[in-house]
Order: sequence, then structure tokens, then C-alpha cells
Amino acid sequence: MSDAERRFRTLSADLLADLRSSEVLLLNHVGEDTHFLRLNRNQVRNAGHVHQESLRVELIDAERAAMATVPLSGHRDGDLAQAREVLDRLRAQLSHLPPDPFLHFATERCDTRHCSDGRLPPAQDAAEDLIAAGGDLDLVGSLAWGEMTFGFANSLGQFNWHSDDSFHADWSVHGDDRGAVKQSYSGFAWEREFVAGKLAYARDTLGLLQRTPKVLSPGRYRAFLEPTALNGLLQIVGSEGFGLKSHRTAQSPLLRMSRDGVRLNEQVSLVENHAGGRTPRFNQAGFIKPEEVELVRDGVYGAALADPRSAKEYGEAVNCANEHPESLEMAGGALHQDHILDTLDTGIYLSDLWYCNLSDRSRCRITGMTRFACLWVEHGEPVAPINVMRFDESMYFVLGDGLVALTEEHERIFDTTTYERRSEASAMVPGALVDGFRFTL
Amino acid sequence: MSFASTIRAFRAIVPAVEFWSLRLVQHDTETLCMRQHRLQPPGSRRSRGAHITLMDRGGIAYGATSELSTAGLRTACTQAMDWLETSRRHPLFPTTALPRPPRSGRFRSEETVGWDAWSLEAKIDLLADADRRLKIHEHIVDWQARLRARRSQVLLLTSDGIEIEQQFSYLAPGFAAVANRGAETQIRTGGGWGALVQGGLERLAHFRFPEDATRVAEEALALLDAPECPDTTTALLLTPSQMMLQIHESVGHPLELDRMLGDERNLAGSSFVTPEMFGQFRYGSELLNVTFDPTVPGEVASYGFDDDGTPAERHYLIRGGILQRPLGGALSQARAGMPGVANSRASDWNRPAIDRMGNLNLEPGDSTLGALVAAVEDGVLMDTNRSWSIDDHRNKFQFGCELGRLIQDGELKGLVRNPNYRGISRDFWRSLSGVGDAASVEVWGTPNCGKGEPNQLMHIGHASPPCVFREVEVFGGE
Repeated sequence: MSDAERRFRTLSADLLADLRSSEVLLLNHVGEDTHFLRLNRNQVRNAGHVHQESLRVELIDAERAAMATVPLSGHRDGDLAQAREVLDRLRAQLSHLPPDPFLHFATERCDTRHCSDGRLPPAQDAAEDLIAAGGDLDLVGSLAWGEMTFGFANSLGQFNWHSDDSFHADWSVHGDDRGAVKQSYSGFAWEREFVAGKLAYARDTLGLLQRTPKVLSPGRYRAFLEPTALNGLLQIVGSEGFGLKSHRTAQSPLLRMSRDGVRLNEQVSLVENHAGGRTPRFNQAGFIKPEEVELVRDGVYGAALADPRSAKEYGEAVNCANEHPESLEMAGGALHQDHILDTLDTGIYLSDLWYCNLSDRSRCRITGMTRFACLWVEHGEPVAPINVMRFDESMYFVLGDGLVALTEEHERIFDTTTYERRSEASAMVPGALVDGFRFTL
Repeated sequence: MSFASTIRAFRAIVPAVEFWSLRLVQHDTETLCMRQHRLQPPGSRRSRGAHITLMDRGGIAYGATSELSTAGLRTACTQAMDWLETSRRHPLFPTTALPRPPRSGRFRSEETVGWDAWSLEAKIDLLADADRRLKIHEHIVDWQARLRARRSQVLLLTSDGIEIEQQFSYLAPGFAAVANRGAETQIRTGGGWGALVQGGLERLAHFRFPEDATRVAEEALALLDAPECPDTTTALLLTPSQMMLQIHESVGHPLELDRMLGDERNLAGSSFVTPEMFGQFRYGSELLNVTFDPTVPGEVASYGFDDDGTPAERHYLIRGGILQRPLGGALSQARAGMPGVANSRASDWNRPAIDRMGNLNLEPGDSTLGALVAAVEDGVLMDTNRSWSIDDHRNKFQFGCELGRLIQDGELKGLVRNPNYRGISRDFWRSLSGVGDAASVEVWGTPNCGKGEPNQLMHIGHASPPCVFREVEVFGGE
């Protein structure tokens, strides 16, 4: 058992012992020990380590709730005194609040425990591997490395723990001001040779990117979206498209699917695969997520993601922690990866779509930019990189009439964002061939 | 809140290095939200920790921790010492470039009515008032009002004996109404929604909170029946609530010096601006004057020192349309060999400081809002940002707004929905043809500017008058 788990078990037991009979207490621990390395020109821009632990205390009594999050110092007496102070403050607050009909928390005890193996070498060794493999390349990017911990305890005696010792490296290799190859590497076991292989591939690809860019005019093009590019669009759809509250309040960009029965291409099936993802299987109210939630099946809208509050408000079952996908999985299709360029024939190969945002919510229209190694392909052969282009296109078209094929193969894409702390989200996404993808600028 | 014991503990265990700095940060955030007549569970959040930077024999590294005991600080120092070796072997820049604050000092936000000056019941009553004003029709299908306040203390100490203490108060109010009929949904916000300012509850009046709530709901309803924004090329009048975003994305980010130095090429991107352009490049029309101004009371990024300890001063970044200086802190200035501003900022104790915007303001001209409208024969007014996207060199942008209004023969006409516009930064700013006067300036800011590896969300201030641009491509929904 790790120190973090031992500390949380002790703290939660001490705190729960203070509880009054009518009170319910929900405790959530979040922690990380992360090494961060930032590189520019394959040299160190920043290097350091972050240790942080926090405790979220939610007190419920007489249909009222209030919550507070505080940092933990790791010192048993100090942390307990602070948590007791918080509890007293929340008690005082509750008496001033009106009843809340949508409070919702787990009442059936279900303990879980997930701990990864912790097979990572020292982060500094990985840093040396990455820098050595980069050699004289102009490599820019970051490495995040170490343990993430999540814990839940409540006054019913439930205890859940989730820890992962993992890493993600996310970098790009630049040939000149425009040409760049984007790569990433995430997992639980670091392989030096794998990194070297990826960077050798990047070195080879840079040659193609140095060719004079093909200047495209706005218009509709046949385009192949690599899994990373398609995931860029799915992230925007997912941010508000699948939440129960967003559907019931008519804010979902997929409202036409849930209300009017509009269908996507029958090749499209999407599930939130909780069992196959990396996020904890419990949420902040103590509910255990189901194995999966079928969001779209054969182009037809399925279930929405319901967090505890929405589930209570709208009379559905809780099936997530947050009302957006964190472990999205899209079914593959019939296009084998060896036939992508031949099937594309003449068009655009999109490796990355960036800075995407809804431009017309009601039509699920998304705008964004091409970035990194996006190529013009003629008769199945990559000819040149393209100039940076803006697209503005409805996902009802991309995943509807415009969808020609999905690849058999998937790519597991780890969310490399580190706002406040490292993300645990990931996605399994195929590539997509689309005919008539609209570029506007 | 006191960091005295932490400082004593740190001084006792800090390794013998050529230079160290200790940044201690505490943020306390309180949130209240009323949605559909029901108060959501109130929440508070404290973030507290130490950021230790060590420099020694050609290496620089940091250790950051929420564990402020002697043991926790010692572990953070050990972690930094481990990374010093890697940094020393592969340095991007010499350690002589690391800024060392020249003087000690203090700064405190102006605040008249603190968060605790009003009882919890009084704040709930205020939210309930706004909430009632929003639900005016059956087609208002969702609505909410919220208040968020934050107090921050930042203490910076260095081995040179420097001590800088800064205290900030912030307020983020706002309300939103969602109108729906059939498949058409329109969302309108107000009362400061999405913005952040310095100060206390006295700033509510600045955002007309809660008085504007009914107008917001009425406009959401009216947008359901409004025609789509026309697809055309025409004059565009942007109000300050959209100018904020326009300045942010197509002036602020392109002028960040760390982008020009290549640091952000893997994430936030680079810039079409290069160091040679400063002093000569025409960024916009002669009406374009942009300042970095950390001295505006109430604007969210007003401060006495940045997080490297550089004293903050007002500077022109663009004057008469000509590029003057970049947004680069002391470290970037040393790396690039050019002047900059005090904009090295960190989102919290757990992140290192990097080049950020501070208060980036478009200086007023001499036209009243009425005169700006009167000068437009044919155009569209757009208000309040809702969608934003720009390429990684900050050239090709497309922005969308909540509300549009046609302008014909110098007069404001009917609403149009789903207004969007697109363009290229340089061409767009060169088409600036009208700038509102000082009376029309509004102070806005965003709490959520993302940048950096590891990622950081930073609060940025933007004050601007309404502005008019010629010949812009505008369009609506399908």
C-alpha cells in the first residue's frame, strides 16, 4: 500500500469518526507525484517535480450539501485538524441553505481498488533517452512522469482507491518554420528503443515536409483524417454532445439526433468504455461506473452520460463521473491501413486538426485548423505538405453522408493535457475517409 | 494566512546553491450558483503550496509541493537537485539569463466590499433575484446565475534577500439564459459571464448584476426568431465583449516572445511575428494603439511585480499601428536580446512562470459609439464571444458571437443570429477604421487562457472601446 493510500485511509477513518448520526460525508482524495520535463530545440527549457495532494469534503445533512477542497500537507495531525475545521465550517453553512432536491450519492457500499505495477525507471533516465534519440533534431515538447492517485471514502464505510504509475511524452520535430511531425508516447512501461524508432521515423518524414507546400483554395476536398485528427473533432462533439443535462436543456450539438431522430452514417458506433479506459471506476459521489455506455449505435443515438446530479434531476441512472466522454471508443470499419492512400486517391491527408470549436451549435458545425504534417496526395502518392487551412464543417456531414470509410485499425490516444494535474482521459479512434470536407480560408 | 513557519523551515534546509527563489502561493475560491430556482451546493477551494527554483553550476530546476512541512520542502529541494543535473547537461540557455528580482515590494488589489462583507443569505438572495429575472418565458429552458470570488496571496523570496508580497481579490459574476424552440437553441449571457475582474462585490454594478438578467433572457428569445447573419463582406462593429477576444487571440498571443523563441511550438504554437519586425512592422491601421498596462485598477492582471519579481510598468506594444515591443519577461528578454515587459507569470504554485499576457488593452480613440454606428453605411454589429479558433501562427482566425445586429445607413437595425466572421490577423487590424472614445471603454478579462507545458490556465485582462473594421467576411449558420 502506498503512503498516499495509507494517509487517506487514516484521515478518512479519523474524520468519519467525528460524524453526527444524521450526517453523510463524502471524501475525495486526488494526488500526484509528477516529473515534468520541457524541451525546446532538444534542450531543457524547464525541468522539475510537482507533488500535490488535496481532499474534497462534501457534507450532507437534512437534504442540504456544501463542499470544500483543501490541500493536504502529509502531516497526520495537521491535516486532520484542517479537515475538522472544514467540517465545522460546512456544518455552519448548511443551516443557511435551502433543501436541494437533486442531491444524489451512493448508498450501496462498493469497495474497489486499482493499483498499477509501477515499473517506471527514474524520470531523468527517460529524459536522457528522449534527448539522445532526438540528437540534432529540433525537438519541442514535454514529458510528464509519475504517479496519479484518486481515493473515495464515505460514511457508509465505502472505500475506493485508484493509482497509476504512468507517463506521457508529447513532442513535435520541426524541419523549418512550417514543416513539423507531431508524435506522442504514453504508457506504463518505458521502452528506449520505441522512442528511438519513432524519432527515426520523424527524421525520415521531415524530408517530405520540406517540399514546397501545395497552396489550396477554399472548397470541398476528399480527405483522410488520421485517428488524432478525427479525435480532435470528437472531443468537441463530446464536450457537450453526450451529456444528459445538455440534451434535456437543448444545448447539445447532437440535439437533432436525440429529439428528431436524425441519424449518422450507419458505420458510426461510439461507446464510453469505462472498463477499457484509464480513469477511476468510481465518481465523486461514490457511484461505480458501468462497464460501458453505448452513445451511438449504427448511427442511431443511444444513451446520454448522466452524472449523479443530472441523473436525479432527470430520473436516469448514474453512468459517469463527468458528462463528457473520458474513455471514448469508436468502432472501426473496413478500410485497411495499407489501402488508405489508394482509397483516398487524390485529396488531403490530415494528421492533425487543431484549435477546434463549435461555430454553429444547432448544426454541430465545427471550425478549426490543419496543423503539423498534413499532405496533398495525388493518385495515392503523397506529393507535398499543404498550406495551413481552416475548415468549417458539420459533424452531421463528416459522420453522415460525407463518411466514406473508417479504418479497421484504431489508435489509442492519451489525453496529454496537464491543467491543474495530469489528465487520465483517453480514446480509441479509427481513421476516417470523408468526401467533400469543407475548407474555408 | 501566514507563511512564516514555511519560510523558516525552508531557510533551514535549502541546499547551498548559487541562487534560489521560493514562491509561496495561496488561492481561496468561493463559488455560489443558482440554477432554475435552486441553489447548487456551495463550494470552496483552497490551493496552497511552494515553488522552489534552484540554480547552480549551469543548471536550473524546480521542485513544487503542497507539503509545506520541513520534510516536504526537503523532498522538493531533492527533486529539484536531481533535475539540475539533466538541465546542466542539456541547457537551452545559460543560467546567467535567469532573472533575479532587483527590489522588494508589495502590491494589493483595490477592494471596497469584500466577499465576507455580505452574509451568505444576502448573496443567495442576490442570485435568486437574478435567477427570477431570467425565467421570463416557457422557451427559456435553462438559466443560471453565479458568483465566484477568489483571494490570492503570492510571496516571492530569493537568496539575494528580496521579498515581494502581493495580495489580490477577484470577482467572477455572471448569468446565462438558454432559449429553445424545436431544433434551434440560442444562449445569451451577461452580468460578467466568462469574465474576471479584480475587486470585491462592489464590481457587480460594473456588470449590471442582476439588473441585466431580463435583457439577457429577452435577447435569447429574440434570437430564436432572428434571421441568420447574412453571408457577405461588410463593415464589422465589435463591442468590447468581443474586442476582448479579438485582441487576445490576434494581438496578444502573436506578440508573446516565448512563441518567437520556439518554446510553444508543440502546443500553443508559434507566431507570424518575428523579432526583426519590431520598430517597423505595420501591424494595424494608424488607429491601433495597444498597451501592456498592469496599472489599471480593477483590471484582472494588475500587479506590482510579475512572478519572476520584475517590477511591472505600462508599455506600448503597438503605437500608431507600428509594432513596438513583444510580450516577453526578463528571461525571454535575455534569451532574445530585446526589450519586453513584466509578464512572466505562473497559474499557481505548481507551475513555473512563462510569458503570458497581462492587461493587454486597446487604447481609446475619439469616436462615440453613436458616431461609430453613424459612420457605417452597411454592416453588422457583433457582441459577446462564443466561439474562437485561430491557426498556430496566429494568422487565420474565425470567431463567433452570441448576438448580431444589422447596421444600415448609420442606424442599428434588427437582430441576426449565429454571427461569425473570419479573416487574417494583419489584414484585419489594418482594416481598423473606427475606435471608440474613453467613455465607451469596457474592462473585460478572461480566467481561462491556456498555454505552456505543463499546461497552465491564466487570467488575462483586456480593456477596449468598440471598434469598426472595413470589408470583413461575415456569415451565419446554415
